Amino acid sequence: MTDPRTTALHTRHQALGASFTDFGGWLMPVRYSSDLAEHRAVREAAGLFDISHMAEFLVTGPRAGDFLDDALAGRFSALPIGKATYSLVLTESGGIVDDVIVYRLGEEWFLVIANAGNRDAVGSALDERLRAFPAPTPASAADESGSFAFVAGAQPSVEDVSDISALIALQGPRAAQILADVSGLELVAPPVARDGVPEEWAVADLGSYAARAAAFAGTNVVVCRTGYTGEDGFELLIAADAAPALWDAVLEAGEQHGLLPAGLAARDTLRLEAGMPLYGHELGRHIRPAQAGLGRVVAMGKDDFVGKAALAEAQDPAARVLVGLVSEGRRAARAGYAVLAGDDIVGEVTSGALSPTLGHPIAMAFVDPAQAEPGTALALDVRGTRIPATVTALPFYRRNR
Amino acid sequence: MTDTTALKYTAEHEWIALDGDTATIGITAFAAEKLGDIVFVELPGVGSEVSADAVCGEIESTKSVGELYAPLTGTVSAVNDAAVDDPSLVNSDPFGQGWLIKLTVDPAAVDGLLDHEAYAKLTGGQA
Repeated sequence: MTDPRTTALHTRHQALGASFTDFGGWLMPVRYSSDLAEHRAVREAAGLFDISHMAEFLVTGPRAGDFLDDALAGRFSALPIGKATYSLVLTESGGIVDDVIVYRLGEEWFLVIANAGNRDAVGSALDERLRAFPAPTPASAADESGSFAFVAGAQPSVEDVSDISALIALQGPRAAQILADVSGLELVAPPVARDGVPEEWAVADLGSYAARAAAFAGTNVVVCRTGYTGEDGFELLIAADAAPALWDAVLEAGEQHGLLPAGLAARDTLRLEAGMPLYGHELGRHIRPAQAGLGRVVAMGKDDFVGKAALAEAQDPAARVLVGLVSEGRRAARAGYAVLAGDDIVGEVTSGALSPTLGHPIAMAFVDPAQAEPGTALALDVRGTRIPATVTALPFYRRNR
Repeated sequence: MTDTTALKYTAEHEWIALDGDTATIGITAFAAEKLGDIVFVELPGVGSEVSADAVCGEIESTKSVGELYAPLTGTVSAVNDAAVDDPSLVNSDPFGQGWLIKLTVDPAAVDGLLDHEAYAKLTGGQA
């Protein structure tokens, strides 16, 4: 084993008194003081997370959108510039290599954000799929549009930019106000065309799952209105060497708004309450999207893409499906615990915790389809004790808009 | 303030304070810090018998489950209901208000436990 890596913000976390954990090969803050306080801050004010361990890939060049249509589950050629979408990297047999967020930053410029632990898997999947991506053929001998995209070599390229990038997530109901107050952050998008002018924008203009370019102390920042907490919030992509100053500036702007730095412990309970899957728990190579409730993410209408043939075949009607389970009391089921109907094991818990927001235990679990209807009374085997649990629709928590 | 250098310890991160034949037991600040915010504590009933090194309770944080091992063989003479009602006491005052159980024990058995120096060594000087 090699020592876990640290992010560009490591000394900031140390100075803030963080406890660390090894996550996906990275030494990351698990909490700064209290994970419950950090969780509450995100629900009621705001929290600031270092998520620089996540992997970033730039997919650029001619037909970049077409290539991603082929390589991933979604339809990226139709994604408007400045918008983002949740998607999946599938295996040939229709399982899940990883879940990703894909941003279209320009006509031929996409950013793919993957999980830290799947950096190599996603990187090699994109590289392999790029090698297999057919070069275009001209529609006729003379391309009257004057496009030379079919010329050999006019292929998109994939670049792993994880090592030079930092990613900071500002999440919570006060995130927008805090972002607008960050000293030195200029919400000005550089001109797209050579003779264009920079375009000023405001936080309020940035819709959910939208991204825009900005600048911080002379460094480009991509501001994305996305997150993994179930709250409003932003993810800020910046060059790693400029990240510490941005982190400091956001913390300073957030001080009067109740912003707390927050670790992975809070991030996990927040995403669980929001019913969001985590790779290795709710997602994996042997789990198909529909089982995890992600059938809508797969654009089956596309011509062809990796995984389509397998997913077009009839699916096993007995395949377990992901559900939410709620119980009373304070004893939470954890990943790996059995789900029972009478004396029969009908499923397995993938994530579970005592919900800090709701005050009762919640869990996600894969269960037999016959037991998946909301309201079904089941039980959890919590280290030998049977705890009653009821199937419920996800998410457990939904913010007021 | 509890004088933590006068306590006895186990490798399972319990502390033991002996007064006559009554041993008061809790988990160390090091263990509480590692667990994170403690949200659930389950303790044995008063009058029950516990055996040294056997699991006698559970301590859960939002992130994980920790087991409470009986450091000594004995009879439970008291449990800290305040910590059951408000498990955050174990985080905020692990050596004081966050104590967990009291056992009636053979005082001589305490000699087999770790002293502060040995426990500090075990935790790399963090306790």
